Amino acid sequence: MLDYITSYLKSDLTPGAAGNVLWAFVYILLIFLGLSVAVIAMNWLERKILAHMQVRLGPMRVGPHGLLQPVADALKLLIKEDIMPAEADKVVFWMAPLFVVMTAFTVFIVVPFGPTHAVTDMNIGVLFMLGVSSLSVLGIVMAGWASNSHYPLIGALRSSAQMVSYEIAMGLAVISAVLMSSLNQAGTGTLSMIGLVQAQQAQHTWFVFKFFPLGLIAFVIFAIAMVAETNRAPFDLPEAESELTAGFHTEYSGFRWSLFFLAEYSAMIAVSSIAVTLWLGGWMRPFPTWLSGETWDLVFSLFPGLTFIFLAVFAFVGVVRMPKHPYFRIQTMGLAGFGAVLGLIGLVLFAPPVRDRIQDIYWFSVKVAVSMYMYIWYRGTFPRYRFDQLMKVGWKILLPVGIGVLILTAIAGVWL
Amino acid sequence: MTDATKYLSRLELGQPDQTFLDSNELIINMGPQHPATHGVLRVILKLDGEKVLGTECVIGYLHRGVEKIAEHRTYAMFNPYVDRMDYVAAVSNGLGYCEAVEKLMNIQAPPRANYIRVILTELNRLASHMLWLGTHALDIGAITPLFYTFRDREEILKIFEKYCGARLTTHAFRIGGCQYETYEGFETEVKKFLKFVAPKIDEYEELLTTNRIWVKRTRDVGVISAKDCIALGVTGPVLRASGVKWDIRKAQPYAAYSDFDFEIPIGEKGDTYDRYIVRMKEMRQSLRIIEQAVGKIPEGPIMAKIPKVIKPPVGEIYHSIEAPKGELGYFIVSDGSTQPYRLRVRPPSFVNLQALDMMVRGALVADVIAVIGTLDIVLGEVDR
Repeated sequence: MLDYITSYLKSDLTPGAAGNVLWAFVYILLIFLGLSVAVIAMNWLERKILAHMQVRLGPMRVGPHGLLQPVADALKLLIKEDIMPAEADKVVFWMAPLFVVMTAFTVFIVVPFGPTHAVTDMNIGVLFMLGVSSLSVLGIVMAGWASNSHYPLIGALRSSAQMVSYEIAMGLAVISAVLMSSLNQAGTGTLSMIGLVQAQQAQHTWFVFKFFPLGLIAFVIFAIAMVAETNRAPFDLPEAESELTAGFHTEYSGFRWSLFFLAEYSAMIAVSSIAVTLWLGGWMRPFPTWLSGETWDLVFSLFPGLTFIFLAVFAFVGVVRMPKHPYFRIQTMGLAGFGAVLGLIGLVLFAPPVRDRIQDIYWFSVKVAVSMYMYIWYRGTFPRYRFDQLMKVGWKILLPVGIGVLILTAIAGVWL
Repeated sequence: MTDATKYLSRLELGQPDQTFLDSNELIINMGPQHPATHGVLRVILKLDGEKVLGTECVIGYLHRGVEKIAEHRTYAMFNPYVDRMDYVAAVSNGLGYCEAVEKLMNIQAPPRANYIRVILTELNRLASHMLWLGTHALDIGAITPLFYTFRDREEILKIFEKYCGARLTTHAFRIGGCQYETYEGFETEVKKFLKFVAPKIDEYEELLTTNRIWVKRTRDVGVISAKDCIALGVTGPVLRASGVKWDIRKAQPYAAYSDFDFEIPIGEKGDTYDRYIVRMKEMRQSLRIIEQAVGKIPEGPIMAKIPKVIKPPVGEIYHSIEAPKGELGYFIVSDGSTQPYRLRVRPPSFVNLQALDMMVRGALVADVIAVIGTLDIVLGEVDR
């Protein structure tokens, strides 16, 4: 058994490429688990960060600094009464959230967390991702239709129009990244997610800096389109709270609603992963050529451990600053325990074999986390677009600019 | 015939655009339980896709019969009731009522009382505009300004609380003057607040005024011409944003307003952005008024000589003031007894709400929200 595991750990193939169903299954479980944890963490972080942007504290009651709030929320959602409107189309109403969640999770099959850390390396990985993630609009339309209510219907209509429009701009931006990948020695481009990162590795640059400013513009187009695609502020029209109460999921509650929530956040992580893979060098560490050499490799490989140690220190500062009242004793102990666990994880991450293995995943996650922070930042800053303005931005600005960038990239690729 | 269509059939509504595609209209209820209708306003919308063909406001969900209550209370007893109309600008309501009764009885509040009245009323205007800004921005999707404005509004409420013990329904003034003398350190505290709040207003503007999305969402939205405003009786910042320089503080000065130097900001186009700018400028002008007033509060009594039992002579009176939302008028008919024979309030929110249909016809659903926000209505005052 041990031999089996170690033999796999040393291989440089993805489970899909190796045809190893068992390992693929383990990977899928790991990704599902990690994603659920990430969504829970995102829930807490978003509320906390947004709160601090808005001069308030955010969740503070459940657990130290509200750390257990997402757990409490999840429990509350699970034990809530399951309400289905009497006039709703039962089957479709039941299927819609499942459909949305399914598409949001399926995308992660091809996300490369590292050269071998992907369930499979599809040769049409990018197409697969765009295709599957755009299927989620079907689930939203189903939800809006099945609710048999005005607000969800308008929300679903808005959502479908929005997603369809922005997918085009998104696709154009993606094509220019794919074009950039074709500038290797062999002269062949690739649609494989792993291949795209490897192309960036071979060209010693992230595509966001390629043919400056073309790569940057393509990235910005994608960054705008991905916010619209995931229905987040300032493009959160389908669920515009002040207009349509809650948009397509107005009639949903409890567990079904939590599925939409889960899907929304995992979709955000999914599109961020595409952006990171295509433009921000995927699992590559920062400055791979400028700061090269063994010393720098070692320094950068210490980052994962240092991050956790930093978080642990942060937690312990929180412990010290906790009120000294007996009422807070359990919370203080909990926070200290949490800090200790973080510190232990950090120490484990310093061990050389783990350190080398975790590197790629760490840098990938950090980049995705930055992208997620941007999502929260937008939400705290921008007002919401109106429907027609949203369409104008999509069709009259992003689309022409995307086509222009695509053509210029092609020209630059031939001439430079 | 459903409830909604019954209301709508009373209106001449535009027809859906049938030249391109045949489409059905959608009639939806916005409110009374809706996050963006500022209380319990119910708007029945007739939609062609996202386009608004017509609206019908259904009000009365917060009706408490304030005017009828007045007929069964003495003049002094009715005073706290007016605070419950426009509850975000309770001080203004009280000022209007007290001045109306004083006018009816032909008495004058002493100058010191008038100065205190001006300071508190202008502070209240600031608080009301801050609440408007926060909720209006929230309706348009910018959630952060709400928390900033509420943080700063809190400082105003603290001053109110120190002055009269209440934060929201203050009952700050009495017929004939003020009941309470200013507390110790009132002037320094108000001055400190002025210093504190001026940069905060810049902060709000920084977030919104030049924000592309904000400008896009508010420019040319809910345009109303000066002529239409006057025809509908719309007053306050909405009227001024349409370019009419009408402010009762200048036109028919009451309290001590004739002593102060301030400007009336006006807009040009009468769209939502102009109304936003006008209110932001008004906040700065309020600061100016308070600054002048707090520097020279005269010494003297705070209460005029009024009889123990308030019994105005037979007659009728209309007195109006410039409340944060527009012209707030009180019409009182006295039969010589201790209770008003009839009291009628001219609430600015109620009259301004009339303009909603004209402003949103042909616009999109999202504009309805923006326009409800920009009209700055308080349902407590609309329904009374």
